[in-house]
Amino acid sequence: MKMIVAYIKPEKLNSVKQELYKREIFKMSITNALGCGQQKGYHESYRGSEEEVNLLKKIRIEIAVNHNFVQPTIDAIIEGAQTGSIGDGKIFVTNLEECIRIRTGEVGVEAIG
Amino acid sequence: MPKIGIKFLLTSVIALGAGAVFAGDQAVAKVSAEMFAVNNLWMLVATVLVFIMHLGFATLEAGLTRSKNTVNILFKNVMIIAIGLLTYALVGFNLMYNGDNWLFGKFFGFGGFGLSCPDGAAGLIDYSKGAYTYWTDFIFQGMFAATAATIVSGAVAERVKLDSFLIFSTIYVALIYPIVGSWGWGKGWLDQLNFHDFAGSTFVHSVGGWAALAAVILLGPRTGKYVHGVSKPIWGHNMPLATIGALLLWFGWFGFNGGSVLSANPGAVSYVFVTTSLAAAAGIVAASLTSWKLQKHPDLSMVLNGCLAGLVGVTAGADVLSIKASIIVGAVAGIIVILAVFMFDRLHLDDPVGALSVHLVCGIWGTLAVGIFCDKYSFISQLIGVLAAGVFCTAGAFAIFLPIKYIMGIRMPVEDEIRGLDICEHGMDSYHGFQIFTTQ
Repeated sequence: MKMIVAYIKPEKLNSVKQELYKREIFKMSITNALGCGQQKGYHESYRGSEEEVNLLKKIRIEIAVNHNFVQPTIDAIIEGAQTGSIGDGKIFVTNLEECIRIRTGEVGVEAIG
Repeated sequence: MPKIGIKFLLTSVIALGAGAVFAGDQAVAKVSAEMFAVNNLWMLVATVLVFIMHLGFATLEAGLTRSKNTVNILFKNVMIIAIGLLTYALVGFNLMYNGDNWLFGKFFGFGGFGLSCPDGAAGLIDYSKGAYTYWTDFIFQGMFAATAATIVSGAVAERVKLDSFLIFSTIYVALIYPIVGSWGWGKGWLDQLNFHDFAGSTFVHSVGGWAALAAVILLGPRTGKYVHGVSKPIWGHNMPLATIGALLLWFGWFGFNGGSVLSANPGAVSYVFVTTSLAAAAGIVAASLTSWKLQKHPDLSMVLNGCLAGLVGVTAGADVLSIKASIIVGAVAGIIVILAVFMFDRLHLDDPVGALSVHLVCGIWGTLAVGIFCDKYSFISQLIGVLAAGVFCTAGAFAIFLPIKYIMGIRMPVEDEIRGLDICEHGMDSYHGFQIFTTQ
C-alpha cells in the first residue's frame, strides 16, 4: 500500500480528477494548501506598502492506493496537472503501514479498494 | 425645537396639498415658493436614491462573480460614478439637453461645454416652472448617466482589461448616452414621434445593454466557461452581497422612477411608486416560478435578476401603465429574463451577472410594452425608438471598442485571468486573511 500526496495548481484539479476517473481511481481527499517551491512569489501592495507573498495557493491531493494502482495514479496526476511551466507542483509517494475502514473494521488492501 | 418641527411638517403638508391642486395644469399655475422647495427637495432625495443604485450595482456584481475579481469589479464601479459625473458636467448634460441648439436635424445638438446656471430666478424657480433648480436638474440627470456604463461593467466582468474598459466607458458615457437621450428627453426626433420612455428602459438600460452586447461579442467568454461546447457554471462567490445589491437597486429605483416625475406632484409620484414596486414584485414571483419549473430548484441569482427585470421593464411606462398592466409587464419581464439568460448562454455570449438579459432584453420589452398597453402611444413609435437606439448604440460601442482592441487589447492574458484580476491588475486581495478554497 502506498500513500500518494500531490500538490498541484488549484485550477488543474478538475482535469486531474478527470484523468483519475479515466483510470478508475475514484477515491481521494482534497485540501486547500499554501506552498512554495522553486517558484518565486509575487508582490501585493496595500496603501503604498509592498509585501512579498511567496506562499501560493495550491491544492493538496491525497490518494491511498494498492501497488497496482501506483503508476496509473501518478500518470493521471501528471497528465492532468502538467502545463510545463514553473509551479506545476510535486508528487510524493510513501509507504502506507496500515489502513482501516471505520464503518466495517476491514484492514489493509480490502480497506483501500 | 419640536415646535419648529411641527410647523415645518404642517407647511409641507399644506404645500403638498397645494401641489395636488396645481397638478392638473402646472404649466399655467404659478408654483408657490413652498411648493418649489418641496419639489426641489424631492428631486434631491430622488438624486440620492439614484446615487445609492451604484452601491447596488457594485455589490450585485461583486456577489455574482468570483472572489479573485472582487477588488477589480468594485474598482470599476467606483470609477464609473466619477467618470459619469465628470463627463456629464463637461459635455453630457449639454449634449442631452441642448436648449434647442440642434446642429443636425433633431439628431444631434450641443449647448456648449461645462455647466452654467442662469442668473437669479432663471436658474431657480423659473428654470422649470418651480419643479427644480438648474443644479438639481444637472445632478439628478448626472446620476442617471453613470448607470448606463455600470451595466457594461457587469457583463464584461472577470476578463476585461481595466484600462481599456475605463477608456471605453469614458467615451461611451460622454457621447453615446447623452446623444441617444437627447432624441427623447432632450426633445429630439423621437419625442416628436410621441415615443414614450418615462425613466429610461431604452435611454438608460438598453443603451447600457447594447454596449454590453458589443463588448461581450468582442471579448469572448471567460476561460473555462465553455468547455468543448458545453456551458459550465462559474459560481458567484457571495449571494448575500448579490441580494443586498438587488434590493438596494429596488430601493434606489424609487428615486429613479419617482424622480422622473420631475416634481413632487403627490399623485404622480405615489402612483409611480406603486407601479414600480408591483412590477418588481411580479418580476420576482414570475422569475421564481420560471426558475423552479425550468431548473428544478428556485435559483436565487435568477430571482434577483427577475426583480431587476421587473424594474427595468416598468421603467418606460411607470407613469402611464395601469396597475394591472404594470403587474403584467413585471411578470413577463421576470419570465423572459430567465429565458434570455439561457438564450445568451446557448449563443456562448458569456455574461456573468445577467446584464444583457436584465437591461437589454427587459429594457426593450418595457419600451414596447408602453405601445402595447397604452392607447396614447403607438407600438410603431416605440419600436422605432428601440431599433434606432439599438443600431446607434451598437455601432457606437463597436466603433469605440474595436480600435481599443487593436491598439491596446481589451482582454486579460489567460494566466492573469486564472490568477484573478485582483492580484494581476491591482496587486491586492479582496479578502485578505481569509483562505478562499476555489479551484476555478
